[in-house]
Amino acid sequence: MFKRNLLTASIALALAAPLGAQAAESAELAQIRDQIKQLHDSYEARIQALEKRLQQAESIAGKAQAQAEKAEGKSVQTAALPQSAPTSASAFNPEISLILSGTYANLSQDPAHYRIAGFIPNGGEVGPGARGFNLGESELAVAANIDPYLRGQFTLAVTPENTVGVEEAFIQTLGLGNGLTAKAGRYLSGVGYLNEQHSHTWDFVDAPLAYQAFFGGQFKDEGIQMKWLAPTDTYLELGAEAGRGRNFPASDRAKNGVGAAALFAHLGGDLGISHNWRAGLSYLKTAPRNRAYSDTDSLGVSVDNLFSGDSRLAIADFVWKWAPNGNASRTNFKLQGEYFRRREDGDLTYDSAASSAGSHADHYAANQSGWYLQGVYQFMPRWRVGLRHDRLNGGSVDYASNSAALAQPAFDPVKTSLMFDYSPSEFSRFRLQLAQDKSRIEATDNQLFLQYQMSLGAHGAHKY
Amino acid sequence: MNSTMKWLAGALLALISVPACAALNLFACEPEWGALARELGGDKVNVYDATNALQDPHHVEAKPSLLARARNADLLACTGAELEVGWLPILLQQSGNPKIQPGKPGNFEAARYVHMLEIPARLDRAEGDVHAGGNPHIQTDPRNIAAVAEALGQRLAEIDPANAVVYRQRYAQFAARWKTALAAWEKQAAPLKGAAIVVQHKGFPYLENWLGLKQVAALEPKPGVEPTSTHLSEVLAQLQRQPAKMVIRAAYNDGRASEWLSERAKIPAVNLPFTVGGSDQAKDLFGLFDDTVQKLLGAAK
Repeated sequence: MFKRNLLTASIALALAAPLGAQAAESAELAQIRDQIKQLHDSYEARIQALEKRLQQAESIAGKAQAQAEKAEGKSVQTAALPQSAPTSASAFNPEISLILSGTYANLSQDPAHYRIAGFIPNGGEVGPGARGFNLGESELAVAANIDPYLRGQFTLAVTPENTVGVEEAFIQTLGLGNGLTAKAGRYLSGVGYLNEQHSHTWDFVDAPLAYQAFFGGQFKDEGIQMKWLAPTDTYLELGAEAGRGRNFPASDRAKNGVGAAALFAHLGGDLGISHNWRAGLSYLKTAPRNRAYSDTDSLGVSVDNLFSGDSRLAIADFVWKWAPNGNASRTNFKLQGEYFRRREDGDLTYDSAASSAGSHADHYAANQSGWYLQGVYQFMPRWRVGLRHDRLNGGSVDYASNSAALAQPAFDPVKTSLMFDYSPSEFSRFRLQLAQDKSRIEATDNQLFLQYQMSLGAHGAHKY
Repeated sequence: MNSTMKWLAGALLALISVPACAALNLFACEPEWGALARELGGDKVNVYDATNALQDPHHVEAKPSLLARARNADLLACTGAELEVGWLPILLQQSGNPKIQPGKPGNFEAARYVHMLEIPARLDRAEGDVHAGGNPHIQTDPRNIAAVAEALGQRLAEIDPANAVVYRQRYAQFAARWKTALAAWEKQAAPLKGAAIVVQHKGFPYLENWLGLKQVAALEPKPGVEPTSTHLSEVLAQLQRQPAKMVIRAAYNDGRASEWLSERAKIPAVNLPFTVGGSDQAKDLFGLFDDTVQKLLGAAK
């Protein structure tokens, strides 16, 4: 508005000023005034027209903007459709799950005298456990994505003796690319088939004899693991691990570098829609130093021995699963087996504490093997039956000059287990297991177990 | 240009053109999303169906073949809403594939684009296999398929911009065909409105919502818990007071419970395809709803 007034005024002024001097020519002046007025009016009209157009343009633009905003609002709405997540800080709490388990064991032989004849005791989770009612290991697991690149998992195992142990604590990459996955920390090694699976997902109460004899239960280590999945439609996975070697068959020692190295390869696929399978080969090399174990010598004296040398273990495993049309809800069958072969070569110090005939070190070489084969059949929803056969081959054990004190007669431990389980839901399971355990030369242990296993909290996905 | 040069140029061209004509690898967690991707992507998309209609999508194993396919996938098309919680996380963690991780454009969850029903007010495993995000069986309402189609079409165009025009065109064609088909299904199914039904698993709230069916009982005492004889007798007693037109189940459900009830309550047992491939007629998404509506009408007569 101000601009327009200024414009008219200045035009008027510009025209009027030079005319002011010729006051006498009033007629002419009046004419000029007329002209100015006309000019003024015409400008006024044009400016008004312009202003009107401007207003129109502005209002159209405004409407367009409003429309655009509305459209945007709509798209915001569509985008916001994803269910609004809870906004509290606790929404970032990790997944927490708890495993509760307990057993009742009825054993015909005293478990205190349990040993796998012909195999070096390894101090691990070997044997059927205690008689009577027992609390199993309670496992508390916490897991979460750390950031877009890493995931962390922590599993705490509380034993019935009230000791707490870190079962697993590792970080793992998320989609590193090119099929690569890296893991670091303490984890269950990827060797074999059953080794990587937590005990609550096992199909039997206890681990197969081969796992007990060669790993003392399961092999877990601290270190790094690298896995590569091949870019093929057939599943092919290669993995390597470098670890500290804290646990049997390795031994913890003060040393830089790698104490245990593992390699494994897995191949798998489908056969039609009802069958799928996986087969694997693994190799574990450790170099134990002064790996201690307690044993009884030929005179019946309890002695402590030490082994230093190389331990090489090869495992071949396979699993085959069947479910009609791939639907395992009603019936399904699983057949799995693993074969272990171990070579140990080095020096053995007999009776390091020299409580009997005196400490003596000499060469030690052992070549031993073992396997198990098991089938588990779900014959109707909730109910399964399973049979497992374990066999160890004492193989050749050479104690050199210590053989008089330590050598044992050739013996192949055998165990057969039959189990039934009932799962009211996928989070709970009750199991009955009957076993005949011939791990000892002198006696057969007839075992009966009742077990419950419950899974609380976050619904953890299970490995194949 | 001598022959070596020609050969080199040819090899170079071949190298360059390989990625250009390589189709987008799509990993479909459930057959309905595989079928939708085929409609929207045509030959630009190479679809792998991770499961079939006879499998219970809650209970699938992270088997080796799935891992191998997840490793090479450019796009994952899944229901989400925790339906795949028992197996998909393992595939994501072990695939070493950054493209399909949660939050990435290659991770598509259909449930995010529809209005969810049966969101539980109380989260407790005592309620059975409930899903915090709501009932995940969204594919039984064709209006949901339409909503997911729009989102999936956009996602395909985002991931594979070179073929964005194709995806847009195919989506427009599909949406138009779907609209016509939807009107026809709704017209055919009009007599079903208000019909009382018994379901085996609570897998049909979206279908009920679409056609105005009234679910009066479920054979599973709690979601995901197999029918028990006690509960079946209760349902039978309930039906004597409050009759229903039919008992429906999904193709993957064990048929014995609904056949048992059908015989005693004298109502037809209907085996719905539930997803693409669940019956001979349900060869694609159109066939799925043609067959669903026909089977329901047949039973309601």
